[in-house]
Amino acid sequence: MPTESSTFAQGPTLGVEALGDRALLVVLGKGIDPAVNDQVHRLAALLRDRRLPGVHDLVPAYATVTVHYDPAAWSGGKVPPHEALRREIIRLWKTARTAVVPPPRQVEIPVCYGGAFGPDLAEVASLCALSEKEVIARHAAASYRVYMIGFSPGFAYLGGLDATIAAPRRATPRLKVPAGSVGIAGMQTGIYPLATPGGWQIIGRTPKHLFLPTQENPCLLNPGDRLRFVPIDAEAFQASTMEGP
Amino acid sequence: MSIRVESFGLLTTIQDLGRRGFQHLGVGPGGAMDEASHRMANLLVGNPDPAPSLEMTLTGPNLQFETESMIALCGADLSPTIADQPVPLWRPVMVGAGSLLKFGRPAQGARCYLAVAGGFQVPKVMGSASTHLSAGFGGFQGRSLKVGDRLETGPCSTDRYPTLRKRFHQSQRPFLGSDWFAPWFRELEFIQPAHIRLIPGPQWPLLTGESRHSLLGTAFKVAPNSDRMGIRMQGPSLSLEQPLEMVSSGVARGTLQLPPDGSLILLMADRQTTGGYPRLGEVASVDLPKAAQLRPGETLRFSLISIEEAQELLLRREARLRDLEEILADQQTR
Repeated sequence: MPTESSTFAQGPTLGVEALGDRALLVVLGKGIDPAVNDQVHRLAALLRDRRLPGVHDLVPAYATVTVHYDPAAWSGGKVPPHEALRREIIRLWKTARTAVVPPPRQVEIPVCYGGAFGPDLAEVASLCALSEKEVIARHAAASYRVYMIGFSPGFAYLGGLDATIAAPRRATPRLKVPAGSVGIAGMQTGIYPLATPGGWQIIGRTPKHLFLPTQENPCLLNPGDRLRFVPIDAEAFQASTMEGP
Repeated sequence: MSIRVESFGLLTTIQDLGRRGFQHLGVGPGGAMDEASHRMANLLVGNPDPAPSLEMTLTGPNLQFETESMIALCGADLSPTIADQPVPLWRPVMVGAGSLLKFGRPAQGARCYLAVAGGFQVPKVMGSASTHLSAGFGGFQGRSLKVGDRLETGPCSTDRYPTLRKRFHQSQRPFLGSDWFAPWFRELEFIQPAHIRLIPGPQWPLLTGESRHSLLGTAFKVAPNSDRMGIRMQGPSLSLEQPLEMVSSGVARGTLQLPPDGSLILLMADRQTTGGYPRLGEVASVDLPKAAQLRPGETLRFSLISIEEAQELLLRREARLRDLEEILADQQTR
């Protein structure tokens, strides 16, 4: 028997709002809450699996799934397209209680902490009254949840940072943060997939490519993944860079 | 079969109807700002409407046609000329080999679309030819066009408008447009202030009464820092009854955001996939081409529309485009 069925039975009632005439916003809860986010990824997986007509993008976020669709695929019935799709989503959610949801993917991200790759590590250590070694240990000990991906291609919103290494943003943002930089900003930690300006405290860098537009799977991380940072030394960083993506 | 860029204009990019199926990875759809004009240009030259076109912004480029081509220009009137003669919009135009297409003063609207029969040959990235400017991929080498770029065009699959072709060859002129045109520009209106209809969203009632009154009763000005990501507006500062803390969630093309500074942003083609600002609603899709054609300093005003009516109008627009496609396809047999 599917082990996940009980969780579906306890799933929240969906709030479905029109996000204009070509999208619906499905609301599963509020705020940043792992239990709510679990339901978000369940619904996204369910809708992806059912391949609803005209639905071309499903965007899971902290507590919502946005469903982008072509209204023509839902026209011609007794109710307008937005209402027809809304009813179908609610019907699927109610009847899909026995659907098996695959366990989250576990992804390891190698990070070379400190030095030239993590110019703000010393600053973070001093702000948190810890040694650099201890900041690294605490950052690499946690398991992080990819709540959602947004802001820019491949940028993961991670949850699970150890509160003892939370550090405020830099007073002056850098004009260019190299791709792969790992940073901390308040209770957030994350990886810059592209070289962009940025105000996060940079504590290390990964040699992994987070976003490669021409690959079949362009992003290393997917929404709903679990992630761990694995400390590596500069030599391993160079070796990994040589290997390529 | 190629077109050489002799001067690049303000912002000239390859666009199509956008990237689908990657928003969950933070990759926005992009695509033509004025989808209707983009599609019309393609249909007029016999391309399928998702084929890539050239989006030209305010100041157009100079383009040298190395081979004889059939083109269509739709959207903004950026004063196109060949050999000092104005090139008409909204119709198929035969252009002779060696012709230099120039653009001049932006006379009306902000974005003009150039489609070529056979289409522009660029590799698709994530299923689309759209240029993703901020991440630097898609379109022509992931960027806007520069002097010296050479755009390859595909072979023409059908001999559309044989009469026009014949008349062009007999005329000895550098170019020749059809006598008829598609009167689609009437949809774009090009009037000031542009009339933009908004489907109110769940946070609409959270606006103060005064702000709701201002939003529907005032003409807003398009700010100079507007771009393909969003149209920023200058006008009365708006506020919610109470500040609203939101966590990020999905947004759409047409979402009207209210950041804490009180100035509206209408999200457009290069929007992010998610956002955390309060949203007052979404602009009806049929009105987005009008918004895309606004220039900095031009004005718009909002009224409310129901989701049902907005979807009805969108379905009707689709039906009209399909009708037009059929009528044009019949032309090749004449």
